[in-house]
Formats: sequence, C-alpha cells, structure tokens
Amino acid sequence: MNLGLSSVSLRYDGASDWAICDVNLEFEAGVHSALLGPNGAGKSTVLRVLAGLRPCDDGRAHVDGRDSREWPRRELARQMAFVASTEEDAFPVRVREYVGLGRNPYLGGFKPPTDADRSVVASALARTDMRDLAERYVTNLSAGELQRARIARALAQEPSILLLDEPTAHLDIGHEYAVFELLSEFVDEMSLTVVSVTHNINMASRFASRVVLMREGTVVADGAPPDVLTPEHLGTAYGWPVRTLTGDGLGCVAVPVARGVPE
Amino acid sequence: MRRRFPAVPVLATLLVLALLTGLLTGPAGLGAREIADVLRGGGDPQARLILLHIRGPRVMAAVLVGAGLALSGGLFQALLRNPLAEPYLLGVSSGAALGAVLALVTGLAAANGWALPLAALVGGLAAIAVVFRVARVAGRMDTRVLILAGVVTSAFLSACITLLLTLGPPEALRTAYFWTLGSLSGVSWRMNVILAAYLVPAALLSLGLARDLNALSLGEEAAAALGTDVERTKRAAYVLGSLLAAATVAVAGIIGFVGLVVPHAVRILWGSDHRRVLPLSCLAGAAVLTLADSLARGPWGPVEIPIGVVTALVGVPFFLLLLRRGTTA
Repeated sequence: MNLGLSSVSLRYDGASDWAICDVNLEFEAGVHSALLGPNGAGKSTVLRVLAGLRPCDDGRAHVDGRDSREWPRRELARQMAFVASTEEDAFPVRVREYVGLGRNPYLGGFKPPTDADRSVVASALARTDMRDLAERYVTNLSAGELQRARIARALAQEPSILLLDEPTAHLDIGHEYAVFELLSEFVDEMSLTVVSVTHNINMASRFASRVVLMREGTVVADGAPPDVLTPEHLGTAYGWPVRTLTGDGLGCVAVPVARGVPE
Repeated sequence: MRRRFPAVPVLATLLVLALLTGLLTGPAGLGAREIADVLRGGGDPQARLILLHIRGPRVMAAVLVGAGLALSGGLFQALLRNPLAEPYLLGVSSGAALGAVLALVTGLAAANGWALPLAALVGGLAAIAVVFRVARVAGRMDTRVLILAGVVTSAFLSACITLLLTLGPPEALRTAYFWTLGSLSGVSWRMNVILAAYLVPAALLSLGLARDLNALSLGEEAAAALGTDVERTKRAAYVLGSLLAAATVAVAGIIGFVGLVVPHAVRILWGSDHRRVLPLSCLAGAAVLTLADSLARGPWGPVEIPIGVVTALVGVPFFLLLLRRGTTA
C-alpha cells in the first residue's frame, strides 16, 4: 500500500516559519524509506501528516489514494501503525496488555478479543523477542525493551504501512541494529511499507533503500542512499561539514566521525 | 496480587456481606432470624416496615450511589490521564451544592421533598455544561483546560454558596453544611428506581468506552493512531462521568473519597485495563459505600455520622496503606 504528500505545507500555531513547505513525497509499497535531517527539519511533521494526525494548511496527504484525514481512524489503524518518539504512560500496564492495544482497531467497544486476536499478539511478542517479558509492567522495561514492545504493538495492528519516529533514540548500537534488522525483515518478508525518521545516517544508509534528506521544512535530496548521502547534500542539510566513505569493503556509504573541517 | 485475590469472587462476597450488614444495622435491633423471616415474605409487621421501607431503600441507594461515584471517578481518571482525578474535580459538586443551597435558602426544599435533589441535579448539570463549553476550543476538548476550567468554576460557585449562606436564613446554613457531607437517609424506593434507570444505562455505555480509554492512557496522538476517535471518546467519558456524579450528588449530597479511592484501589489490586477497572469499580464502590453507610448509622445510637466523614476516616488510611503496598510490590 502506498502513501504520500502532494504540495503539503503546514505551520504550527504561533510559529512564523513553515514546519514543512510545499513537500511532495510518494512512498512505494514494500520499501523502507528513511527521513534524515537536522532537528526541526520537519521529519516528524511529515510522519504526522502522513498518519492523518495533523491537518495540513495546504496540499494533501493520501494513504492508498484516499485523503488521510478522510479515513475513519479505526479503518486507517488497520492499514497503518505509527510509533511515535515519545508516549505517555498514565497507568501501569503489562506488556501483553500494551501490545494487545494493537488489536483495538479490530474490536468494537463491547467485542471481547478472540483467540485469533490473542495469537496475533503472541506472534507479535515472539517476533520482537518480547515473549519472556510479556507479564512485566511497561514502566519497568529498559529503553530497548520498551521500543520493542511498541514495535510489537504496531505489529499487532497487522498493518501494511509502518511509520516510526526515531525508533532507535536512546538505544545502544546493538539494540539499534536489532530494530533496523527487524524493520528489514518486515519489508522483505511481509512487504510492509516502512517510513522511519532517524538521526543515524549510517543505519539509514545500511538499511533503507531510499533516503529523504530534509532541511527547514523542505526536501534537500531524495533517492537511493549513495546518491543522497554525499558530502555536499549532508553539508547543506546539517550545516556542518560531513565527510563520507565509500568503498567495496563497506557495501554502503558511511559517515566517519572526524574532527575539524576536512579539506 | 491478581492471582491471589480473584476480583469478581472477592468483590461479590464483599458486596453480599455489605448488604447483610446494611440490613442488620440500625437503631431498632433486628436479628438475622427476623430479617430472614421478612425476606421470606412473612415476619413481624414492624420489622417488615423497617426493613422494606427504611433500611431496604437506604441500602439500595448506597449500592447505586457507591457504584455511580466509583464509576464516575474511574472515568475521570481515564479521561484526565491522572490517578488523582475524582468525580467532583470539575465542578459538578459545587454546581449541585449551589442548586441545593438555593433550594434551601428560598424555602423550596421545605415545601417539597423533590425540590432539593432536582435543584442539585440542575445545578450540577449547569456547571458541567459551562465547564464543557469553556474547555472546547475549535471542536477539540483540551483536558488541561478542562481541569483549570473545572477548578476555577468550582471556586466561583463556592463563593456564590458562601454568599448565599451568609445572607440567607441561619437554619439553611446548618442543613446545607450537613448536605455537603452527604447522607443516604430518607431515600425512597421511587428515588432508587429513578437513580437506577439513570445509572444502569450510563454504566453500560461506559463499559463500551473502556477499550478506547485504554488507548487514551498512552496519550491522544497514540490513541488516534490506534484507531480511537479521541474527541468522541473524551466527550463521552466527560459527559457520562459528570452525569453519574450529578445524579449521585442530587440523591446523596457530596460524599468524598469513594470516587477517588475505589477506582485507584481496583487498579492497584487488579491492573489498569479499563475493561476490568470500570465494572470492578462499580462492584467495589457499591460494597464500600454500603459498609460506610452502616458504619455511619450503626454504632452511634440515635445520632448519625455524615457518611462523608466515614468514607474519609476509613478510606484514607486504607488507601495510604494500599499505596505503600502497591509501590513496594
């Protein structure tokens, strides 16, 4: 299932600048696209507009050809899962209940979950390696475990589209790999359409087949990682000279950490 | 905790014990045998009168009001995503109190027995409507504004009440004072039927909201992403919670702590899934208020202690204990 933005502009209340300005992006089914760019570039706003969580001032966001604000929320939640960068936890719930919320779009107010729902939850837990933690309270999980629980919940929605806002923030490199590997499995085995926002250029380069580089609410570059992740583009986007490495041994573009201005 | 105390058997047993305690308690010392006789359809006419027309409706009212308050508290806690929310937070009780005081000061309450509950109900509903209107901006209900609007409206209404009582007849002051502490005395069967006709549908509708309230506890955006119609859910929880609170206040005055403590205790004991929290709160609230009412009228001879005093005196230490247990477990 594909989705996209056409000429979308949005300005937050009280802001003088556009959060995103005349953005056109189309996301193909079964592809992992990564949104990169500095803080405030409009990456998260793009995700929220795609998810129909924010109305845009101008332009239109669509999911499968239908305006994303016109989808009934419940129907949309069966097609699309959204993993935000932060969430509230008003009341302590166990991981199994938390993941079980992913079945909400399939259940009416009074309809109890069936065995089929429970088995979807069980397989989402298994898939994210959360089975042993199912009875733990969500508030007692580590950052990495919590992130996996939230991805499990998204998976329990059985979506065709998965949107993730900084899914690996606060995670160490091992857990970061694990999350991105998981996303790749979703794309390869289940043909999910994945759009992720990340600050890790190397992970995006390695795992995404398309990278969208943003700055100040507009798209700087868009395409395959080797074409987008050039020193020129990265320098423009981040306002910092960034060197890149390419080579046969690497298999993808890499950004080494260097000090000072490279010549 | 959940496995050690299975919720429904524990609460059902507690409720049955509470009902029996309620029927056995009172200045006229009726024994278990006399009560059994009356329940079987016979017994002494005096005992029949006391049980069927005084204690019976009173116990029934405690059940309904307790269930209504606890459910209302559970709904408000879910709506405001705050375990400290309670049914009276958003101005219902002040509005109802103003209505009641108006009825007392103008002498309407003395003229007609229905005037006071009706005035309280109207006052509560009016306060709800004002707070709701203020908190709705551009079709959205902002729960932070809702809290502020509720608290400020409460303060304003309290000032109105104080003004009325200062200028009004002195006997109204005493009656109003005791009304604000709550009482279930003199509730008729007819009042019970009206209350039940009002509470039962509201309770059923609330249960239908439980799943969306679970999603809402993750925040509004996360709930929307999980398919919840956030505005509709918030509106429904607010309206249902407020209507429940207004109805119970109209019948029984202001009874504190039940709406705060009961849903919270249920959460600590049996988890935060609202599909369980809401119905279990009804059961627990009914049992707790019935016991509290027995304690209010039982051991003190002809004097009755305001039920709000009992719920606070017993409820608060119990709650503090539970809170410590809940956080160390």
